Amino acid sequence: MKTDELLKINDLHTGFRIKDTFYDAVDGVSLTLRKNEILAIVGESGCGKSTLATSIIGLYDQNKTRVQGEILFDQKNLAALSEEEMNGIRGLQISMIFQDPLSALNPLMRIGEQIEEGLIYHTDLTSEARQARVLELLKQVGIKNPERVARQFPHQLSGGMRQRVIIAIAISCKPQIIIADEPTTALDVTIQAQILDLLIDLQAETEAGIILITHDLGVVAEVADRVAVMYAGEIIEEAPVNELFTNPKHPYTRSLFNSIPQMNSESERLNVIEGIVPSLMNLPRSGCRFSQRIPWIPKEAHEEHPALHEISPGHFVRCTCWKEFHFKTDKGGGTYELHANK
Amino acid sequence: MWKTIVRRFLIMIPQLFVLSVIIFILAKFMPGDPFTGLITPETDPARIAELQEKAGLNDPWHIQYVRWVGNAIQGDLGLSYTYKRDVAALIGERALNTFWLSLLSVILLYLIAIPLGILAGRYQNSFLDKSIVFYSFVTYAIPTFVLSLVFLFIFGYQLHWFPTNGSVNIEHEAGSLSYYWDKFYHIILPSITYAILGTTGIIQYLRSEIIDAKSMDFVRTARSKGIPMRKVYSKHIFRNSLLPIAAFLGFTITGLLGGSIFIETIFGYPGMGQLFVSSISSRDYSVITALVMLFGFLALLGSLLSDIIMSIVDPRIRIE
Repeated sequence: MKTDELLKINDLHTGFRIKDTFYDAVDGVSLTLRKNEILAIVGESGCGKSTLATSIIGLYDQNKTRVQGEILFDQKNLAALSEEEMNGIRGLQISMIFQDPLSALNPLMRIGEQIEEGLIYHTDLTSEARQARVLELLKQVGIKNPERVARQFPHQLSGGMRQRVIIAIAISCKPQIIIADEPTTALDVTIQAQILDLLIDLQAETEAGIILITHDLGVVAEVADRVAVMYAGEIIEEAPVNELFTNPKHPYTRSLFNSIPQMNSESERLNVIEGIVPSLMNLPRSGCRFSQRIPWIPKEAHEEHPALHEISPGHFVRCTCWKEFHFKTDKGGGTYELHANK
Repeated sequence: MWKTIVRRFLIMIPQLFVLSVIIFILAKFMPGDPFTGLITPETDPARIAELQEKAGLNDPWHIQYVRWVGNAIQGDLGLSYTYKRDVAALIGERALNTFWLSLLSVILLYLIAIPLGILAGRYQNSFLDKSIVFYSFVTYAIPTFVLSLVFLFIFGYQLHWFPTNGSVNIEHEAGSLSYYWDKFYHIILPSITYAILGTTGIIQYLRSEIIDAKSMDFVRTARSKGIPMRKVYSKHIFRNSLLPIAAFLGFTITGLLGGSIFIETIFGYPGMGQLFVSSISSRDYSVITALVMLFGFLALLGSLLSDIIMSIVDPRIRIE
C-alpha cells in the first residue's frame, strides 16, 4: 500500500444467501480511498453500493452474507477480522453515517448518551471529560445550544438536527474513514445543502477519508474529489470528479447524466434509461452487464470479459462499448421517453 | 399531567354509574334470590316471603337501586346474605389473600417469561427458540383446570409437597412467623401453575419485538459505534422490546386483586375469584354488585396506570 492510501479494496465479492446459494451483490470491486479525500460511489438502487459500504464496516448479517476478497486498512484485512476485532475498529477508526436520521437514533436514549456511547468503549476519558467532549462535538456539528440538545430525545429534534447528531456520533472518536450512506437523501433540499457543507468542513478539519454513497449526481458534483460509478455490482467507471462530469465515457454514466432533468431545455420529456437493473438472481455474470439496456449497440462493441481500462490518468472505464455508444434517439429511432404532464 | 389524571378520575364516575345500573339489573334478573337455597321441604313459604319482604326484595328494582347506591356512597356495601358479614370486610379479607397469590404468580410469570422471550428472540430460529415457542404454545393450549388438577394430584396428593387446600392451616397463631410462612407455603403451587400457563403472551410479544428491534436502524447505528453485541442487546434492543410489556403493566398491577376463578376454586383458596363465583351461585346480590363495581374500577384504573407508566418509560409519550 502506498503511503497516501487509507483503504484498499481488492476484488471484493459480497454475496447474499438466497435459498442456499450465494449471489454476489458486490462482484469483484477494487477501490482505493486516499487520505483526505471524498470518494463518491454512485449508482441506482440495487447496484450494490450500500452493500459495499456495509462490507467495509462489517455491518452485515453474518448468517446470510459471504464476504470474499481483501479490504486492506491499517495493515489488516477487514474482511477476515472477527466480530470482536471489528468492534475495536468500528466507531474508532471507521465510522458510518446513515441515511434516515429518523430511525437511526434510539428513541429511548438521550442524545448525549448516544454520542457518549462510542467514547466509553474507545477512549479512557472520565465521565466528566466525556460529557465535555459530547458538548464539543455537538457544537462542532453546528448545534447552537448543545447543553439542551444533549438532554433531549431524538423525537424532539428536527430531521436536520438529527442528522447532525448522527454525524457527531460518527466523528466522536476522530475516525480515519467515514462512510456516509446517502446522508442527505431523507432530508429537505435546504437542509441537504447544510449537511453537505458540514461534511466538507469536517473533512477539512479532521482530514478523514470519506466514502460518500449516493444516487444524487448533484451531491457528487458538490462535494466529491473522485467518483466511482457502480452498475450491477461492478464498478463501470472511475474518474476524478471534473473528468467524470466533463468527459463521461461509459454508456451507463452518460445515460445517468442524460436522465437528469434540465431546467433550461425545451424538452417536455424526461430521458430515462431503458429497462431495469436486473435482480440479483438474474444478473448476467459474464459479458458487459449493461448491454441488456442498450440493445441497439451491436454485440461486437462489447468485450467478452469486460475489464477496466485506464483511458487517461485516473480515468477507468469498463468494457469497450463506450467507443461505439450513442443514444437511441441520436439515430431518430423509436421513442422511449416518458410523457410529462402538461 | 396531574390535570389529566384528575380528569380521568372524573370520567370514571359516569362510567361506573352505567356499570352499576347494568350489573344491578342483571343481578336482579337472575332467577331465584338469596333465600332460594334455604328452601327445604319443611320450610314454611310464609317465612321465606317474610324474609324477602324484610330484605326489601319485593320493591321495584329502581327503589332497591337507589337504596343501594345511597348506602354505598356512605361506605355501607351491605351484608352478605351467605356469610352474614359486612361485604367490605369480606372483600377486604379475600382481596388480601388474592393479592399475595397474584403477586407471587406475576413475579414467577415474569421470571419465566422474560428470559425465555429474550432468548427466543435473540437466538431466532435456533433449536432453543423452537423449543421455547413449542413450550409457549403447549402451555397456551392446556386448559387451566387441567394443569391445576394434574399439579394438585401429583404435588399435593401423591408427593405431599404442597398443601391442597386453603390459605393457611388453622393451628398457626395469626401474626406469628410460622403463620406467614404457612400462608406463603399455600400459595406456592397455585402460583407456579398460574405462572406456567400465563407465559405465552409475554414470550411471544417479547420474541417478536426483539426480532423486529434487531433489524432497526438504531441498532445498526449502535453496532457502528463498535459496541459489543451483548451491550447492544442490553442497552438498545431489550429496552425497546419491553415497551409493549410495560404497556400492560398497569392492568397487571390492578389485576392483582382480580384473582383467578379456576385456580382459586381448584386449589380451594379463599380469594376474590372464588368469592365471585360462589356469590353468583348463591345470588348474594350485595357481594356480586360490590365485586363487579370493584373489578370495573380496577380495569379503569389499570388503563390509567398503564398510560402513566408508558409516559415514564417512553419519552415519546407524554400525557398532556
